[in-house]
Amino acid sequence: MTDMALELKDVGKSFGSVIALSEVSVKVRKGHVTCILGDNGAGKSTLIKTLSGVHKPSSGVYEAEGVPVSFDSPRDALANGIATVYQDLATIPLMSVWRNFFLGNEVTKGWGPLRRLDVKKMKDVAKEQLLEMGIDLRDTGQQIGTLSGGERQAVAIARAIYFGAKVLILDEPTSALGVRQSGIVLKYVLAAKDRGVSVVFITHNPHHAYLVGDFFYLLNRGKLANEFEREKVELDELTKAMAGGAELDALTREIQTVREGQ
Amino acid sequence: MATHIKDERVAQTSLVTKMLQRPELGALIGALVIFFLFWSVDTTGNFAAVGGTAGWTDIAAPIGIIAVFVALLMIGGEFDLSTGVMVGTSGLLAGILTTEYNLNVWVAILIVFAFAATVGFINGVIVVRTGLPSFIVTLATFFVLRGANLAVTKELTGTVRVANVEDSAGFEGAFNVFASRLEVGTSNFQISILWWIVATVFATWLLTRTQFGNWIFASGGDKVAARNAGVPVNRTKITLFMMSSLASAFVGIMFVLRLQGMQAGQGVGMEFFYIIAAAVGGTLLMGGAGSAIGASIGAAIMGIADIGIPYALWDQDWRWTFIGVILLAAVLTNTFIGNRAKGAKR
Repeated sequence: MTDMALELKDVGKSFGSVIALSEVSVKVRKGHVTCILGDNGAGKSTLIKTLSGVHKPSSGVYEAEGVPVSFDSPRDALANGIATVYQDLATIPLMSVWRNFFLGNEVTKGWGPLRRLDVKKMKDVAKEQLLEMGIDLRDTGQQIGTLSGGERQAVAIARAIYFGAKVLILDEPTSALGVRQSGIVLKYVLAAKDRGVSVVFITHNPHHAYLVGDFFYLLNRGKLANEFEREKVELDELTKAMAGGAELDALTREIQTVREGQ
Repeated sequence: MATHIKDERVAQTSLVTKMLQRPELGALIGALVIFFLFWSVDTTGNFAAVGGTAGWTDIAAPIGIIAVFVALLMIGGEFDLSTGVMVGTSGLLAGILTTEYNLNVWVAILIVFAFAATVGFINGVIVVRTGLPSFIVTLATFFVLRGANLAVTKELTGTVRVANVEDSAGFEGAFNVFASRLEVGTSNFQISILWWIVATVFATWLLTRTQFGNWIFASGGDKVAARNAGVPVNRTKITLFMMSSLASAFVGIMFVLRLQGMQAGQGVGMEFFYIIAAAVGGTLLMGGAGSAIGASIGAAIMGIADIGIPYALWDQDWRWTFIGVILLAAVLTNTFIGNRAKGAKR
């Protein structure tokens, strides 16, 4: 048994002449929250898509539980317990909460032409599972579009966990949300971790990452720029590294010179 | 970790709001208002009696049978403009197979259903494979079939109609199933009304109580999210195209048996009635929401207007105008109610 849920070893990905990722090594440890930080264009999306089975790496090795894997599609990855929650494509607004929760995994009863949805069971399970994540809905029959952005993310997370996700990949779950809503989502990230799920949390916000993360990987221009452990890093350091460290220092000096000249 | 937080911004939903969320409610109220309107201007005293009822249900039934499946397709996010002409194609094909090729009526019916399923399948495959708007793809199918209906009929019969279907083997039995009527007093109720009810119940059950129904809503609501959740969106849409085509064939067979023949131009222009019935019944034009019962109510409104207008001694041509006004009013009301009931996010 390994304590790695997922591991990328020297993974590279190129699209024609464009190198999106180069020699990136990331360890996703079981039962921990692994944050992947990076600015726009740093290669975060390519990294998630590689982890979730959309892309295959051009070079390097992708391992799940210590075994090299090669996923043909996100469904393939899902069958291996690796679920991805996308920031805005997670739920269908006009459908009810329970229909969204069970979409693609509907519970049915009866057989043959009489095979039909077990509505009561699905409503009960959805309510109970959401309650366990700390979301108390009066009626799971309400349209999911009536929930707040944070709650919708939470429903998507609860759904992934209920359907057996061992690894949960969250694609910028807080980027479109306000402070309070982000707080709600971060709490569910920890709730997922408490239930033994390994979480990969992709974000460009070091503050959010620092609140929940155990391990931090910093991407910059398709390369791994830095990696930290929770115990050995302060928020300031993370923010600074994220903002480009030395580049930021140079920029600060430049701007100061300009301002003094005025 | 199970701390229960109640978001205070999720307001209480009243019973009224809940009812307003039902997509078919607006159509039902509309249908009642229109019914009483025509009742009040009725000059014959027959409108609300057996005779009038037999009349408007006879008009509404064939529209409703197709409209409920067109509604499912629209909820799934696609249009089918070839439904009207498909009624004609199916009736003509059944007629030609029985009169020109001397096939048993039941055999002809099976062939017609197979043909209709194929046309729906082709519509669906082209739409999902090319990503072209279904509006364009099925408009092309409409014109292809419209031309073929006339050209093939003229080629084989030398006229623009197929006749004497009643002389074919198996006609009696098929007539009883698809076109018989029940006499009540001096009026005849068509069996098509029974098929209309069956179609509505079946489509409603399919939509709201089966896995496939869930996939219809998801495919029309957001196909990318649906795919991410593992819904076979393409297969769902192709099946829906086949259903609307099969429903049209069913009505085509009903007409050819009842009229014992068919004109080559039959059904052309009716595709809009089906789409209007679905839209009046609360089906969203961009997909993702709607109901089969709503589409049936939409068809009923058309039947009521069709009978109510001559009973009021108005010019029959006003029915087009009337349906236009109803369409706009219904879609406006549905949008307004829908936004209010959904709490108008963003």
